[in-house]
Amino acid sequence: MTFIGNKSDLRVVGTRPVRPDGVDKVTGRAVYGADAVLAGQIVGKVLRSPHAHARIVSIDTSKAMAIKGVRAVITAADLPNIPSEEAFVGEGPMNFRDLSLNCMARTKVLYEGHAVAAVAAMTDALADQALAAIDVKYEVLPHVIDVEEAMAPGAPILHDDLFTAGITPKPTTASNVAKKVRFTIGDVEAGFKAADVIIEQRYTTAPVHQAYIEPHACVAAWSADGQCTVIASSQGHFMIRSYCAKLLGIDVAAIRVVNAEIGGGFGGKTLVYLEPLALALSKKSGRPVKMVMTREEVFRATGPTSGAVVEVKIGATKDGKITAAQAVMKYQAGAFPGSPINPGLMCAFAMYDLANVDVLGYDVVSNRPKVAAYRAPGAPISSWAAECAIDDLALKLGMDPIDLRMKNAAKQGSKTVYGVTHGVIGYEEVLQAAKAHPHWSAPLGKNQGRGFATGFWFNIGGESTGAVFVNEDGTVNVVSGSPDIGGSRASMVMMAAEVLGISYNKCQAVIPDTSSVGFTHVTGGSRVTYATGMAVTQAAQAVVEDLKKRAAMIWDISPEAVEWKDGQAVPAGANAGGFDPLPLAAIALKAAKTGGPIGSEISVNAQGAGPGFGAHICDIEIDPETGHATIVRYTAVQDVGRAIHPSYVEGQIQGGAVQGIGWALNEEYVYNKKGLMDNAGFLDYRIPVASDLPMIEAVLVEVPNTRHPFGVRGVGEVPIVPPMAAVGNAIRGALDLRMFHLPMSPPRLRAAVDAAKMPKAAE
Amino acid sequence: MSKIHVSTTVNGEAAEFLAEPQESLLDALRNTLNLTGSKEGCGSGDCGACSVIIDGRLVCSCLVLAVEAGGMAITTIEGIAEGEKLHPIQQKFLENAALQCGFCTPGFIVATKALLDVNPDPTETEIRYWLAGNLCRCTGYDKIVRAVQDAAAEMRGS
Repeated sequence: MTFIGNKSDLRVVGTRPVRPDGVDKVTGRAVYGADAVLAGQIVGKVLRSPHAHARIVSIDTSKAMAIKGVRAVITAADLPNIPSEEAFVGEGPMNFRDLSLNCMARTKVLYEGHAVAAVAAMTDALADQALAAIDVKYEVLPHVIDVEEAMAPGAPILHDDLFTAGITPKPTTASNVAKKVRFTIGDVEAGFKAADVIIEQRYTTAPVHQAYIEPHACVAAWSADGQCTVIASSQGHFMIRSYCAKLLGIDVAAIRVVNAEIGGGFGGKTLVYLEPLALALSKKSGRPVKMVMTREEVFRATGPTSGAVVEVKIGATKDGKITAAQAVMKYQAGAFPGSPINPGLMCAFAMYDLANVDVLGYDVVSNRPKVAAYRAPGAPISSWAAECAIDDLALKLGMDPIDLRMKNAAKQGSKTVYGVTHGVIGYEEVLQAAKAHPHWSAPLGKNQGRGFATGFWFNIGGESTGAVFVNEDGTVNVVSGSPDIGGSRASMVMMAAEVLGISYNKCQAVIPDTSSVGFTHVTGGSRVTYATGMAVTQAAQAVVEDLKKRAAMIWDISPEAVEWKDGQAVPAGANAGGFDPLPLAAIALKAAKTGGPIGSEISVNAQGAGPGFGAHICDIEIDPETGHATIVRYTAVQDVGRAIHPSYVEGQIQGGAVQGIGWALNEEYVYNKKGLMDNAGFLDYRIPVASDLPMIEAVLVEVPNTRHPFGVRGVGEVPIVPPMAAVGNAIRGALDLRMFHLPMSPPRLRAAVDAAKMPKAAE
Repeated sequence: MSKIHVSTTVNGEAAEFLAEPQESLLDALRNTLNLTGSKEGCGSGDCGACSVIIDGRLVCSCLVLAVEAGGMAITTIEGIAEGEKLHPIQQKFLENAALQCGFCTPGFIVATKALLDVNPDPTETEIRYWLAGNLCRCTGYDKIVRAVQDAAAEMRGS
């Protein structure tokens, strides 16, 4: 594909305009899920399991229904019983039966917070009364929370029809291990034999929540004629449409989903929880039903990503050539199969050009909420282990950690463990930029350490629709099907304005409902600027071709004799005729006389999303008395292909890095002995706050992706991959000890410092 | 339970409404007065998305009872701009790309207003500690802190 212009020729791409939806978002006018209103709406709420694992003996809703003002009560009996069927509409594979059972338990509750019934009432207080009046009888079952305990013989079994996939012959006894999966290239045994130095370590991580600040929210109406309207905040209104249609057994065309503004998702809003229930309640009550989760519900019943155990073994020769890399990974899936074990396995060593790799993984269910995608799903977990081990390898070899990585760096032509050969990638450029950055050579203070780590993410393309419509006054509407989660409206408009040669301010961004634009896959996988941007770019290019034809018609010359330059049609040369340039607005004014409205809608299934690589440098200071770790300096270098709006690219990198810092130092689900979550609130589940952090310096490296007209690579997910190891390696530098468990919270750090001080004889 | 009549001032205008005794000010603002710019992220005073200024004090409106607001002057995100003219804080948040999803933004802007009202020239550390009660999960706070610094500089200059 040919690039549109050299970087120096671009007028709009690479600048930093104010986003089109900005004013609404700084004045409080933007409408998020909980702000949306449908006339006559009533309040919907969910009754949730107080047990980690229990059989539902009976549910008596009669007392709730008898309360005046309670309009509907539903249980799983009111929803279709969905057969097992794998689908791919969200950000990962999804089994519709599991999705249905996750929205509403049928025979068993599998985690604390699992929905068992829902009500719709005239007021909030009446809905609460109705929930309290529902009588659910449970037979409490033994539960299991920890991943290795769930794999052990004799563990409580969550699903008696779940047999481990990936084993031959097919097992005959049910297991919590949903899947065993392995990727191999070369011969690791031979590789380890050739090694002079071997590092073999075991790492663990705790489940962490995406912790978007906006709780899930929707309002839904089921009309008497079967037509449905849903207004919801999500990462994909087409995803909501698909899932609701499937889970409720209705036609896709009968559902219109309006995307409310979304208050953060990070992968956690790529599936449904409330929407099918709101529609079912609406059908039963005859009223639109609004449902908004509490923060506690968000923690107990949505997200998080897996906690895991990762055992890693890396061998290298004395001069730093890695001869073999091996890992065994056990990922929690939560109550239903579907942890991001595959990407975890694929990403751990994808930064390196290795001949011998063997990665083995297990997808394991336990009595926790079903995991949802979280920013580069799976990769941060495996990379935390791999990149800490690589750092210890560098230490053992006496090599600079960047030099060791450079010596083994993946480049164009390197084959990955999952079979793909890297195309044009920027890992070496990222390493060079990190090493040249002043941060890498700056002096450190007392009790401080410096850590370095890198990360990889595939990025995806996929199905997207974009459209460009020229209005009669020469302004342009730029339409797309991708919910804007962090500035993508600006990027879409910038790409369209660049192609059309007009001012950014002449374009308006529109994200219509599911009935008004072509299908578009979720905002996830770092795909929007790449794939939806490609659709918008192609639509703008089609409009330019049309504008040239219109000019040719006005001038009565051949379309081939017209060029598009700086937003206007000009004769291609002296032979074409001596016409004055026709600006876009002049052509738009005459649209009716030259063939009618000017516009183009393009749907693509974009392939060739270029993978992204990042390298993070972290300086940490540890208070030896308290174990408190302070990040004192942080630099994140990333190959972004080409930054359309550099501020929002930097923002992705800064935000991802800080989510990773939270994962590294603070965040975890804490369970008590009953299998109930003890910290379901922002006071006790502590995400980073402003005073925890320094400025995060984002360094943009641009190695254009040859498959995108502007060279775009996805940027949103890579930055959460390196931070945990960067922080862990910094702590090792500061304290001269290796932490193996996440989070590296003050109590854990303090205990590790104390243990290190303890004389061996005292053990 | 009967509702209680509340007379108050919201964004400089007299406002009257009826509230349940247990209703939060946030719910009254959002559901009764249709001022949905203040957001509920937690309902427990931990995220700051519902920040408002009451008689010069920055508070989480989810932790204030609606009936307590009687006779007080409340400033919400809807009252920060002067008509069509954005407040410098709002303008600097836009120019610095200090928002991604935008959900926490109203709370941050209200909290910043309260900061700059009492401290027109805050250090980076003062900004970070003042805003520690406002959670943002998208930005890593870098561009928010810069926007606040820029807004403070502009307001001092004007």
